[in-house]
Amino acid sequence: MTDTQTQPAVVPDFGDDAETDRKLVIICSKGNLDMAYPGLILANSALGEGIAVDLFFTFWGFDMITKSRQQKLTFTPVGNTAMHLPIGGRMPQWLSPFPGMTWVATKMMRKQIDDLGVPPVDEFLDQIVASGGRLWACKMSADMQKLTLEDLRDDVEDIITAADFMDLSEGAQTLFI
Amino acid sequence: MSTTTLAGREIHVDAEGFLTEYDEWDETLAQQLADQIGVEMTPEHWDVIRFLRADYAETGTTATTRRVNAVGGFPVKQQFALFPKKPGKKMSYIAGLPKPAGCV
Repeated sequence: MTDTQTQPAVVPDFGDDAETDRKLVIICSKGNLDMAYPGLILANSALGEGIAVDLFFTFWGFDMITKSRQQKLTFTPVGNTAMHLPIGGRMPQWLSPFPGMTWVATKMMRKQIDDLGVPPVDEFLDQIVASGGRLWACKMSADMQKLTLEDLRDDVEDIITAADFMDLSEGAQTLFI
Repeated sequence: MSTTTLAGREIHVDAEGFLTEYDEWDETLAQQLADQIGVEMTPEHWDVIRFLRADYAETGTTATTRRVNAVGGFPVKQQFALFPKKPGKKMSYIAGLPKPAGCV
């Protein structure tokens, strides 16, 4: 092999020496199955790279952390013009609101997610917490939906106000989903 | 592609230092790779590394943190404790495998 060069030992830089204070805050505001995943995937990846992550759940995002709802997130093709059919072509918009379509579309998406080895929402949050991620719930959303800490996953740190959130997100990169 | 000398022999590595040839790896080399990144190997570490090697031989891809948990049975918390901060990359480096390609 002529293109092979011998070099001194290369050691990957895992950034252990540089004490990073990089921090990510992700605001999860949606309760649709498809919109739950972007935040979960990014949180999980960031934690795996040694970045501190806080997830703040607000409005419809509460369904992701509400015990009775977190396994029941659904996906609807209504209003989604990027919904393609397995047989090719786009799903006609007039068809989307038909009875049973949400059920079918949800079932399909759950299967696609599972086929990729990506866990359901509740298990994904288990993994995120095990990796050091922290979960927070929004006070106004809890009040509106008449939910208390009892109704939420046991690993939710607390229900906090918008002002508390300002402290939490100080110096962090913030994503709104 | 470049080579480097580790454990007294020439090893093929990529630009970051990850091994590129599955068969050039053995446990003596793994010990040296671990030393280089400051991971002190214990029997628990070896269990994870051996799982990664066996799983790669079977699937052709490096197991992600999720798979090491779901299939290997090593809880995520334990993986972070054994290979701090960046378990996915550190485990694969010591196991002489490419970085995990999956997102989860």
